[in-house]
Amino acid sequence: MTFFRPSFRHPDLPPNDAGYYLKDYEGGISTLCAGCGHDSTNAAIIQACFELSIPPHKIAKISGIGCSSKSPAYLLGKAHGFNSVHGRMPSIVTGANMANRDLLYLGISGDGDTASIGMGQFAHAVRRNLNMVYVMMNNGCYGLTKGQYSATADKGSVGKKGEPNMLESIDLCEIAIQLGAGFVGRSFSGDKRQLVPMLKAAMSHTGMAFIDVISPCVTFNNTPGSTKSYHWVREHSEATNTFDYVPFKQEITTDYEDGTTESVVLHDNSVIQLHKKDSSIHVTDRRQAVDALEEHKEKGLILTGVLYIDPDSEDTHRIINTSRQPLNTLGKKDLCPGNEALQSINESMR
Amino acid sequence: MKNIESTNDFVIRFANVNGSGSASANNLFAKAVFRMGVPVSPKNIFPSNIQGLPTWYEVRINEQGYLGRHGDVDMVVAMNGQTMKKDYEGLLSGGYFFYDSSRKLSEEYGRDDVALIGIPLTKLCNDAFENPKMRGLLKNIIYVGALAFLLDMEFEVLTSSVEKQYRKKSKLIPPNLKALELGYAYAGENYRGVCKLAISRRDKVGDAVIMDGNAATGLGALYGGATVVGWYPITPSTSVIESFGRYAERFRKDTETGELKAAIVQAEDELAALGIVIGASWNGARAFTATSGPGVSLMSEFLGLAYFAEIPAVLVNVQRTGPSTGMPTRTQQGDILACGYASHGDTKQVLLFPCNPKECFDMTADAFDLAERLQTPVIVMSDLDLGMNDHMSPPLDWDDSRAYDRGKVLDKDQLEELGDSWGRYLDVDGDGIGYRTYPGTHPTKGSYFTRGTSHDEYSKYTEESDAYEHNMQRLLQKWETAKELVPVPEVMVGNAPATAGMIYYGTSTDAALEAVDQLREQGITINTLRIKAFPFQQDVENFIRQHDLVYVVEQNRDGQMKTLLINELDVQPDQLVSVLHYDGMPITARIISSAITASIAHKGGKA
Repeated sequence: MTFFRPSFRHPDLPPNDAGYYLKDYEGGISTLCAGCGHDSTNAAIIQACFELSIPPHKIAKISGIGCSSKSPAYLLGKAHGFNSVHGRMPSIVTGANMANRDLLYLGISGDGDTASIGMGQFAHAVRRNLNMVYVMMNNGCYGLTKGQYSATADKGSVGKKGEPNMLESIDLCEIAIQLGAGFVGRSFSGDKRQLVPMLKAAMSHTGMAFIDVISPCVTFNNTPGSTKSYHWVREHSEATNTFDYVPFKQEITTDYEDGTTESVVLHDNSVIQLHKKDSSIHVTDRRQAVDALEEHKEKGLILTGVLYIDPDSEDTHRIINTSRQPLNTLGKKDLCPGNEALQSINESMR
Repeated sequence: MKNIESTNDFVIRFANVNGSGSASANNLFAKAVFRMGVPVSPKNIFPSNIQGLPTWYEVRINEQGYLGRHGDVDMVVAMNGQTMKKDYEGLLSGGYFFYDSSRKLSEEYGRDDVALIGIPLTKLCNDAFENPKMRGLLKNIIYVGALAFLLDMEFEVLTSSVEKQYRKKSKLIPPNLKALELGYAYAGENYRGVCKLAISRRDKVGDAVIMDGNAATGLGALYGGATVVGWYPITPSTSVIESFGRYAERFRKDTETGELKAAIVQAEDELAALGIVIGASWNGARAFTATSGPGVSLMSEFLGLAYFAEIPAVLVNVQRTGPSTGMPTRTQQGDILACGYASHGDTKQVLLFPCNPKECFDMTADAFDLAERLQTPVIVMSDLDLGMNDHMSPPLDWDDSRAYDRGKVLDKDQLEELGDSWGRYLDVDGDGIGYRTYPGTHPTKGSYFTRGTSHDEYSKYTEESDAYEHNMQRLLQKWETAKELVPVPEVMVGNAPATAGMIYYGTSTDAALEAVDQLREQGITINTLRIKAFPFQQDVENFIRQHDLVYVVEQNRDGQMKTLLINELDVQPDQLVSVLHYDGMPITARIISSAITASIAHKGGKA
């Protein structure tokens, strides 16, 4: 692992629409293992933010504990970051989002952080349809403590220690769909062509956008018998669709056969164009989305792609009807009723 | 037999069944006493249950203004068959037993030192009212009417209280008035001259208000500018959030859009509740939560993070009887150590100890200034007695010229000026507090990585021993700064020399002050100090050093405040003597004064 990154960038690399260069979205040097899927995922996040021209400081990156939760240090150096405690990222994001609804909240977690210790917080952040992008880097094991199985490890999968995992795995995408997430996708850290547009679509969605990124652990779970190894995922994943993310105002140019393309317009008027294998499956149908996941699982396949979208979902602020102006910008004049009102309250207490 | 004679100094205990609608009748009674200008202190003794179990409402009437629980009962209003015998037996000799005589009293009730006052409440009620649902409620109002006669109360105070209470449901006024009159008339016809207890108008409440501590706490958070609330329901703290929500609806709602200038999020547990507070505070909003002991246990993890990563947080702990689930509807001051040193590793948390609703209001509002100035959690240590019972209190007051102290926060221009010299945890002022920034402030400056892992002055991860120690030392410097900012103790030293002192805090205050008077009557002079905050100031240490012996009065088994005093101050442990009470009921003056007299007698009569 190298701890030096050259600062040289090709002089012809163009800035994005907001005038930022790719390097403006980069972070510190990664200390993850060489070949870790998380590094590819981080690169995809950087690329997605760059392509969407989001001002880096208008993003808040928040994580829990674990290898994946160290990631916020390796991306978006101009953004505030918060590496909180194990499994508690969703509650920190909830509070942060309530305080200022105008930032993009990027929650980064892992399978241990989300599917075990943070299961409750995950479930309830999804239920309240918090406006955030929840990236769960999924390698089926605990890396920092040397490779114990996590709750997303498939039954029968075999990691480095050789004993197969005997417990049922948790499919967080299925659960997210059931609990009301407005955007659910699954991808693979090794598939940048799918992951980058998926992240961009997730960032454009208002409400909970949950992405399960299968992100192999090269040190503890990249074995021949592991279902979260690079090899296995490449051999056994099947994309439900390919799709284009079309930002608002950009002309839609590509043509596809009728019946196989489904367009979903997001809150910010950007469009996801899905080019489906099976034209009868609608990405906006919750039950079909769960069925598709189960059917592929039966065949031993990992279904990837945008699995479910509810473009009209209401986020927490809409549900509880908080003021449009970010709460952290309100001052005494907005918040304090003053002494006269207090004296009338006193009077009612006599 | 001679029955107790007293004007404006006695205790009435209402024994009811929970869920029977007795609360509003009992409140009506207590409020009427207050409105006659006589100091009153009601205590609700209720079960952790929805319907059917015993509940009591104990009202102390005392024109001298002693508001702590007394401990004796002069009159029982026995409305609960389950507890009737015990209630009867608990009466003072010479007391009055008020019961529903629709059913005949059995021969077991044969005390010759108790006056029986039987009013056929059920019969009166059923004869007068048709609606079966209303009957249950109005039966309670009938006993209030009867008490008005027996205790020689001003009947108009009760009728106008009813009118005020049902202002918005005016249909309920006539039946309630009728019920009052029924009871009053029956008692007048049958028990004239029997009861020698009386409530007589005085002018002893001044401009006081009567309200529960939780209502004042919620209001304090509203005035203090809280906008984000994360919470999880738990007795006895829930009504703090309800109060905040109610007043937010009234004062913070946009009449056109219905949008609220607050986000109240009911979380999945207390872990998340405090996580929400920390996330919001980190992002520049004032945020708080309210909980009780079991919640504090869960929140300890996040309290450590907020302490170490230096994020403001306001937590209201309405303490109840522990350990574990304990007695959820009984009071205690049992979380002093769990809060003072909350979380693993070396941590210290700022605590505030309110003693009445006005202090609940003030200290909660102040807690936001303190938390943001000190960039650390501040815990308001209320308890069930204070939070859920009505208390007479000085009126609430707000200085309109007061500005919120948002602490050390750099804005965009300040970041520009600083150039590259800023470090999140750099102590440039010597007070142990760095300058923080909110996310989104500046395109290129001021971003940092908040973490619960060890960090250097620039918030970079470090495992360097020196950097770690330096950081921990700076946190101690900040603790010193906190001593200058938290409220100072209330010291009362008499003119006569006293070798004994007494330290008390929170809801032990009323009983402690009454105990001082009781001791004085016995010729024992004692100086007092009321702790209002942790960390302790030098005043507390000085007070202990100035006395040979200092009694530490508290409502827990292990003398937790005493432990904290010994641990934090340079004092001799054997100078401190615990006076403890922890049965779940509020402490009384008699418990304190008798413990102290016994201790003094044991030590040879010197105080």
